[in-house]
Amino acid sequence: MNFDKELDARGLNCPLPILRAKKTLGELGGGQVLKIIATDPGSVKDFAAFAKQTGNELLSTAEAGGEYTFFIKKK
Amino acid sequence: MDQKKLAIIATKGTLDWAYPPLILASTAAALGYETQIFFTFYGLQMVRKDLSVLKVSPLGNPGMPMKMPFGPKWFKGINWNIPNAVQSLVPGFESFATVLMKQTIKNNGVATIAELRSLCQEAEVKFIACQMTVELFGFDHSDFIDGMEYGGAATFFEFAGESDVCLFI
Repeated sequence: MNFDKELDARGLNCPLPILRAKKTLGELGGGQVLKIIATDPGSVKDFAAFAKQTGNELLSTAEAGGEYTFFIKKK
Repeated sequence: MDQKKLAIIATKGTLDWAYPPLILASTAAALGYETQIFFTFYGLQMVRKDLSVLKVSPLGNPGMPMKMPFGPKWFKGINWNIPNAVQSLVPGFESFATVLMKQTIKNNGVATIAELRSLCQEAEVKFIACQMTVELFGFDHSDFIDGMEYGGAATFFEFAGESDVCLFI
């Protein structure tokens, strides 16, 4: 999937992946896509909740080898 | 839709209990909440310039696992069940437990209190210190970080009365 910026949140724990994502999304324009890589298993539900509450669209969630990859489209 | 509001009262002055108010406030701010924390009594300790006052005490806290943050996995898994009577007699036991806790926090990629606190301030979480307890405990405004406001219970209710979520921690 194409993306405009990537955030490496590996090794970070709640709530840091969300806080970093929020900050990084602030650097993007509307419609741009942020890729996030995290290792916190809690981030799967958290990014879904984050997207739902902020109106930014969670395009996809994937897990491979203990790493979670999210694509979020800025509102 | 109106912006949601979160009001928190932070009353605890230990390293472990400094986490919930700061984690919830910073996360709420990221979710778009307007957020205020009212620091009163021992909660004032987490907005001091000097955070070394924040310690964790396993004494009288049977829910706290005592595990070592180093060594092989089987060693880390051992819960060191040390009786209260022993904990209270060993000088520096609290400092020792605090060092272990800080290492565990670091090992787990959990933010430090200083980090969470500045993330809150960056996200414009409003920090209000209870003026009455500031005086009661003999603190001075210069003991606290910049950006604090000082007020009383009425100040808290001005915001809390309009809030969607209100927590006493």
